[in-house]
Amino acid sequence: MPDLGKYAVTVLSAYGAAITLIVALVVWTLWRGARMRRLLREAEARRARNG
Amino acid sequence: MTSIWEYANPKKFMQTSGRFLPWIAGLAALCMVGGLIWGFFFTPNDYKQGSTVKILFIHVPSAMIAINGWGMMLVASLIWVVRRHHVSALAAKAAAPVGMVMTLVALITGAIWGEPMWGTWWAWDPRLTSFLILFLFYLGYIALWQAIDNPDTAADLTSVLCMVGSVFAFLSRFAVDFWNQGLHQGASISLDGRDDMANVFLFPLLTCMLGWVLFFLTLVLLRTRTEIRARRLKALIARERMG
Repeated sequence: MPDLGKYAVTVLSAYGAAITLIVALVVWTLWRGARMRRLLREAEARRARNG
Repeated sequence: MTSIWEYANPKKFMQTSGRFLPWIAGLAALCMVGGLIWGFFFTPNDYKQGSTVKILFIHVPSAMIAINGWGMMLVASLIWVVRRHHVSALAAKAAAPVGMVMTLVALITGAIWGEPMWGTWWAWDPRLTSFLILFLFYLGYIALWQAIDNPDTAADLTSVLCMVGSVFAFLSRFAVDFWNQGLHQGASISLDGRDDMANVFLFPLLTCMLGWVLFFLTLVLLRTRTEIRARRLKALIARERMG
């Protein structure tokens, strides 16, 4: 760990907030993508079954 | 020679983006993580700013994407308005949440840095204020897409909003030069070498900037693919209901 001196809380909170937001964006994107893929697969299977 | 407009075909877009996505995502992760580790662990503290200089490696790339993300949305919106390619409208829609989060990251990290350096979390400075307005435009743009059921009408109206918001994206980039006042400093780096930064900070910053660009591209491609699937799903459900 580098020596952050008296600004340790400032630097760590900036990194913490940014990484939290970026990870949340990635998780949301992947979750929504997986959900949409599943729903589309189900709808296409229904369509193939029902003609 | 392949025309760029071929990718306006959703099927072609899905095929091509699917092929390149893993590589772009991998490179994005490598540059982002590598750049941040380099910047956080292997750069010295600044003689004036102390260790807060390390916030630069997140703040500058995020602000860059916040502004240029809107620029990408503007180009995609103009393509929609002129050529009516659905993929471009969906790409603009897909980019908005990414740009919005990047604007928020830039605002938050800027405020956290500003408190010890400027003595305040916030000031109604031209750069900060135009950035806040850009953030509100991102929110408005996303809300407008959600509020309108007809996708073509939503694409038309959001394109107009995007063009209006471009003024603030442009202002947030050049506010410091236009008004020449306020707390926020000018550009951190410039191509003409006017604002020289020590190489020890410059190289990890450039790595982070490349990482952020690739990360933006990755998420926009992923989200555009999701929007294309959502559009197809909506069409299938409508067909099921009709009979």
